[in-house]
Amino acid sequence: MLDTLDVSEDRPRAAVRPRVRSSAQPAALRTPAWVGWIFVAPALLIYAWFVLWPLVLTFQYSLYDWDGIGPSTWVGLENYSKVFTDPDLSKTIVNAFKLIVFFSAIPVVLGLLIASTIRQIAGSRLALVARTVVFLPQVIPLVAAGIAWSWMLSSTGLVNQFLSLIGLDGVTRAWLGDFSTALPAVGVIGAWVLLGLCTLLLLAGMSRIDQSLYEAARMDGAGPFREFVHITVPHLRQEIGVCVTVTVIAALAAFDIVYVSTQGGPGNATMVPGLEIYYQAFSERHVGVASALAVVLMALVLVCVLPIQWLTRKDSG
Amino acid sequence: MLSRVRACRRGATLGVLVLGIAAVVVGCGPGEDSDSASSAKGTPTAKTVTCGKDPVTLDGYFETGFPLPKALTDEFTKQYPNVKWKIREDQFAVITQNAPRVLADDPPDLMRLPQVSELVKDDLLLNLDGYAKAFGWDGWPPSQLEQLRLAPGGRPRGEGSLYAMGLNFSMTGVFYNKKLAERIGMSAPPKTLAELDELLAKAKAEGMIPIQQFNGGATGGLLFPLQALMAAYGPTGPINDWIFQKDGATIDTPANVEAAKHLERWIKAGYFAKDVNAVDYAKMMSRFLDGEGLLMFDGDWESGNLDKQMPGDVGFFVMPPREEGGKQAAMSAPLTFGIGARAEHADCAAFFLNWVATDKRAREIGVEVGGSHPMGPPDAYMPSVKQGTVTASTLEAGSAIAEDNGAMDFIANATGAIYAKSWTPNIQKLVAGEQTPEGMLKAVQGDYESQVGG
Repeated sequence: MLDTLDVSEDRPRAAVRPRVRSSAQPAALRTPAWVGWIFVAPALLIYAWFVLWPLVLTFQYSLYDWDGIGPSTWVGLENYSKVFTDPDLSKTIVNAFKLIVFFSAIPVVLGLLIASTIRQIAGSRLALVARTVVFLPQVIPLVAAGIAWSWMLSSTGLVNQFLSLIGLDGVTRAWLGDFSTALPAVGVIGAWVLLGLCTLLLLAGMSRIDQSLYEAARMDGAGPFREFVHITVPHLRQEIGVCVTVTVIAALAAFDIVYVSTQGGPGNATMVPGLEIYYQAFSERHVGVASALAVVLMALVLVCVLPIQWLTRKDSG
Repeated sequence: MLSRVRACRRGATLGVLVLGIAAVVVGCGPGEDSDSASSAKGTPTAKTVTCGKDPVTLDGYFETGFPLPKALTDEFTKQYPNVKWKIREDQFAVITQNAPRVLADDPPDLMRLPQVSELVKDDLLLNLDGYAKAFGWDGWPPSQLEQLRLAPGGRPRGEGSLYAMGLNFSMTGVFYNKKLAERIGMSAPPKTLAELDELLAKAKAEGMIPIQQFNGGATGGLLFPLQALMAAYGPTGPINDWIFQKDGATIDTPANVEAAKHLERWIKAGYFAKDVNAVDYAKMMSRFLDGEGLLMFDGDWESGNLDKQMPGDVGFFVMPPREEGGKQAAMSAPLTFGIGARAEHADCAAFFLNWVATDKRAREIGVEVGGSHPMGPPDAYMPSVKQGTVTASTLEAGSAIAEDNGAMDFIANATGAIYAKSWTPNIQKLVAGEQTPEGMLKAVQGDYESQVGG
C-alpha cells in the first residue's frame, strides 16, 4: 500500500497556482456576487420547498389540534406536553435510545474489528469476499431484509432451528412476538444492516493511515492489539464520527425495519417515534400530536448528533 | 376567506426566511372552516335515479385482494353498456389512512369505506336518505343498515341518516377442521360453551393446536374469540351501544370481564399457538389450511377459499351459548361502500348499489364470489348453494343470527384508532401475561373515552 504515498510525491504542484491568480485578478474581471446566487438558486429553491417549508408547516401543525381535513383549533404547546406526559408517546423515545445500542454501538465496534481483520488479509481473495458479504445488507432493500429476518426469527425459523440443533430447545421462541426479545430482535436486524456500511467506511479510512506508523510501532515492539488501540483507532476518529452519526440517526429515526418486522407490536414493545408519528398522523388522525412528536424527534437527533460531530472534529483539524 | 389564505401564505413565506417560527399565526390554522366543507348536492327523492343512456365512467376505489366488487362492476357494465368503470385498488390499511384525503381531494363515485364516523363528521360522505326512500331500502330488515346510520356530526352510530351501503353482509364464527375433529370424537358442533371447552381440552391433550388465531404485529386477532365470548356471557345490546358511541356506554361490564377471564383461561391452558403474538393473518390461514389447528375464529369471506382449498374438510359454527338453546350472536357487518359527498355521478353509483342488492345475477355473484349473504329485502331471491359446503353453513348460520337479532359490529370498529392503539396492544399483553382481563377492559375504556371525547 505504499504506492499511495509515491503518487502524491510525483504530483505536479499546479493546484497552488489558481489560488494565487484569483487573488491577483483585477476587480473589473471579478464576477459579481449575485452570479453565485443564480447558480445556487435552483438547489436552494428545491431545498426550501421540500425541506424548509415542510419543517415550518410541521412546526405550525404541532401547535394545533387538527384531524387533517376539518377545521383546526389552536392549542399552543399542549401537544408537546402530551408528548412528554403520555407514557405511550414518551416510551417510544426510550425505545429509540435502546435501539442506539444495536444500531450504533454494535456496528461500530464490530465494524472496527472486522475492518482491521480484513485489512490484515488485504491481499488475499478472501478479503474481497468478506468485504462483499459484509456490505451486502446495504444493497438489499430494507423491506426485503425485514421480511427475510421476520422469517428467520419466527418460531419455526432458521434461528430457532439452529438453536434446537445445538440442544438449546429451551431458548427457542417467536423472537419478534415475545415482549422481552422483540426490541433486541429488531435491533439485531438493524445491526446487521448497518454493520456493512460501518465496515466499509472504516476500511476506507484505514487505507489512508500512513503505513510507516505501523512499521515504526512494530520496531518499538508493539503487538497487533497495541497497534489497533494506538494507531488505528485514533486515526479513524473522523470515520468513526461519521459512522456513529449516521447510525445514531438511523436508530432515533428508525421506521422501515420496525414497520416491516413488528409494526410496533407486541403490545407497543417495539414502538419507536418514527412509527408513532405515522400512526398518530394517519390512523389516529392527530396531526398536531404527530407533528409535535416529529419536532421533538428532530431536536433529539440534533442534540445527540451535534456533540458527536464536535467531538470527532475537534482534534483532527 | 381568500384574502385570509393569502395573508397566511405571505406570513409563511417570511417564515421560511427566518427559519420558521414567525409563520405561526393563531388565525392561520391548517384545514378548512367547518362551514366550507359541506357542498353535498341535494339528495334526489324521485324514483328516476338511473345511469341514463349517455356514456358515463364511474370512478371506483376498491380494496385489493377482494374480487367481488370487480365481478359486480363487470356484470353491471354487461347489463348497462353505457356505464364504464375507472377503478383503482389499495390495501384496506391504505384505504383507511387515505380515505379522508381521497374523499376531500378527488372524491370517488363509489368507494370501499373504513370506519365511517370521522368521515361523516368531516362531511365527506353523501347522505343516502333520499336514495333509501327512492329505492325502498327503508323496508329492508333494519339490522342490515343499522351500522351505516349516523346521527349528525357522526356520533352516535346506529341511528340517524344513512351514509353508506353494503355490497353484502359478512359474519364471523368458528371454522373447524373436520379431520382433526374426528380424531377427538367431535361429530357435531358444540351446543354449549362448556362443550366447546371440553373439545379444546381434548384437542390439547391430543397434541393439536386447539385454536389457530392471528395476534401479531398490529393485528389483534384474539378479539374475534373475545367478542364471541362476550356474546356468550352477556346480551349484545350494550356491546353495540359501545361500538356505536352512545352516551355512557362502557365495555368494562361484569359480563365482559367474565368473557375476558374466560379468554385468559384459554390462553393459560395453551389453547393458542405458543407464538400467537407473532402470527399474522396470512400465517394463520396458511397454518389452518395445512391442517395445523382444530378451530379458527374467522369470517365467511374465507368460505369460498376454504371450500376450494380444503373441500369437504371444513365445518362452521356460530359461538355456542352458555346454556343449551340460548340466544346466539356473532359479529356481522356489511361490506361497506359509500359515495363521496362531491362525487360526480352519485345517482348512477346509488343505482348500482341498489342493483347489487336486487338484481338476480348480482345476488348470485354476491354469494358465489363474495361468499356472504346479499343485502336486500328478506323475501328477495336467494341463490342456491351446494349443500355440505362451508358457504352453505355460513349462510345458514347468518339466517339463524338474524332470527336471534344477534348481529354485532366488531368491537374494533368503535373508533378509528381503538383497534391499533388500544385493543391490539392490550390483548397482546394479555397473551404475554402482562395485562389482566380487568386491566385490559379498563385500559380500553379509558382510551375510548379520550378518543370519543376528544
